[in-house]
Amino acid sequence: MFTVHQWINPSPVLMRDVYCGTLIELAIENENIVALDADLISSSGMKPFFSRFPDRAIQCGIAEANMIGIAAGLSAVGKIPFAHSFGSFATRRACDQIMISAAYAKQNVRIIGTDPGITAAYNGGTHMPFEDMGVMRSIPEITLIEPTDPVMLDDLLRQLVLLNGVFYVRMARKNTEAIYEEGSTFEIGRGNVIFEGDDVTIISSGIMVAEALKAAAILKGDGINAKVVDMFTWKPIDRALIADCARKTGAIVTAENHNIVGGLGSAVAEAVCATHPVPIEMVGVNDRFGQVGTEEFLREEYNLTADAIVDATVRVINRKS
Amino acid sequence: MDNDLRVVADGIRLVTLQTFSNLGFGHIGGAMSIVETLAVLYSGELRCDPQKPKWENRDRLVMSKGHAGPALYATLCLRGFFPKEVLLELNQGGGSLPSHCDMHKTPGVDMTTGSLGQGMSTAIGLALGLRMNNSGSYTYLILGDGECNEGQVWEGAMFAAHYKLSNLIAFVDWNKQQLDGFITEVIDMGDFAAKFESFGWHTQTVDGHDPGVIKAAIASAKEETNKPSVIVLDTIKGYGCDFAEGLAGNHHMNFTAEQMEQAIETAAKKLEASRAAAGNTGRA
Repeated sequence: MFTVHQWINPSPVLMRDVYCGTLIELAIENENIVALDADLISSSGMKPFFSRFPDRAIQCGIAEANMIGIAAGLSAVGKIPFAHSFGSFATRRACDQIMISAAYAKQNVRIIGTDPGITAAYNGGTHMPFEDMGVMRSIPEITLIEPTDPVMLDDLLRQLVLLNGVFYVRMARKNTEAIYEEGSTFEIGRGNVIFEGDDVTIISSGIMVAEALKAAAILKGDGINAKVVDMFTWKPIDRALIADCARKTGAIVTAENHNIVGGLGSAVAEAVCATHPVPIEMVGVNDRFGQVGTEEFLREEYNLTADAIVDATVRVINRKS
Repeated sequence: MDNDLRVVADGIRLVTLQTFSNLGFGHIGGAMSIVETLAVLYSGELRCDPQKPKWENRDRLVMSKGHAGPALYATLCLRGFFPKEVLLELNQGGGSLPSHCDMHKTPGVDMTTGSLGQGMSTAIGLALGLRMNNSGSYTYLILGDGECNEGQVWEGAMFAAHYKLSNLIAFVDWNKQQLDGFITEVIDMGDFAAKFESFGWHTQTVDGHDPGVIKAAIASAKEETNKPSVIVLDTIKGYGCDFAEGLAGNHHMNFTAEQMEQAIETAAKKLEASRAAAGNTGRA
């Protein structure tokens, strides 16, 4: 069960500090937890883990493909590996290893890809994954998660240790907006309805959840009641919830910090078309590469704003039959 | 002892050919060239229990050149992991013996392979995890020579040396050919042993068709306690198969029933002669 904050403000803790802190807590209890990194410990915030558990922390150097294969091998002798790199390299660079050594071989591997989309900011186009989830989504049996805030990340890490399979966690490294109250819990594979409405549904993920909530507030002022869903699990997507939203609100807007080609919009559209077809508008990166800039600049550049969601919502409502 | 290993190897070669025989095609070359090494490993070097294929304290084998699966299947079958009828399932839809190795389909297969280069890293993961578990088990890794074109092999080579993975023993099946031709023509890898040595490995180069020297090389590798080991196997692609041995283009090939019949007959005679030399007439 989860509770949404009444007012949305930046989280006081960084996502990477939760990643490291929670993993340390879990590793104290479970000696099979191991962490791997590809020369990005300073970025992933994992230095304390590496200091505390030198025998269970594996520096792989700048060799992501090798890192994923090693994680797969470790899992075959009972280890529970968490392997981190920036999202671009954790996925693109190691795609075949994730596909074959991890997923096809039915291993038990958690891949953490940081700096989703525009949060890569000054690292620019080479480091700005607008495609990571799309690339991963075509791998059978993999689970794709984009934790929304530190409260969710903490809860999901605790669940991930107990599950078996291949998981890709698309994780912001720094501050996010705090959406959920402490103590909230989440169900992987189930979307969260975080704001109720009857006229349209906004299905969002990651940093776009806060924008969706802002958009819903603006729309309410215009007399439009938007339901807001935090679809933090992209795969397996919550088809039942999507079908229910389509049926009850008759129109859907998706909002993602990712290419709309192969992304959340695509996943939602597949579910809508197969269950209860209604008009859909997609807010996201429109098949473009990343570039350098502040997060604010990039948010405007790629139309990843509450205003863009409002505009898309007006368009989709006009298309309702 | 060496004569006994010869019998085992010749038995594996015969059964591998029989396994291919129904299909009319297959990865003949690389299966034939690795037979002696498999014979040595599964005659006591590699700790395993056919009754308990998932036994925790077993040694692991990663057949990274996954297309040599049929030779491994014949070996596992003769070692008692599964009955001979199962060999008929090679490449059959829904069967337990896919063209490339799958740890979830075949009893005794420790790692899924087939996308070249990846076995290096998964073998490292196994070796590292076993060391973390304070297990005395070894991880054996079989790489193809062409496979070493893959950058991942060398990412792993760096890693294994840095972490002093002395419980990892790799083989390179230096059979001189890859799919498109001779390795010196496709991408000349130069001196495999020198390359691995420069990465910090313990290296040996041996006659890959002499079970006695392979066995001795494994013993020597086990004495190394500070480095991963590689044994470069000087082999002939297609070795011991009449219609394939040493021929260009024998990586994956078609064959006629007559060709295979002849090859099986030759291999059977060879086995018979080896048995006579070893003074045994029983099952290999």
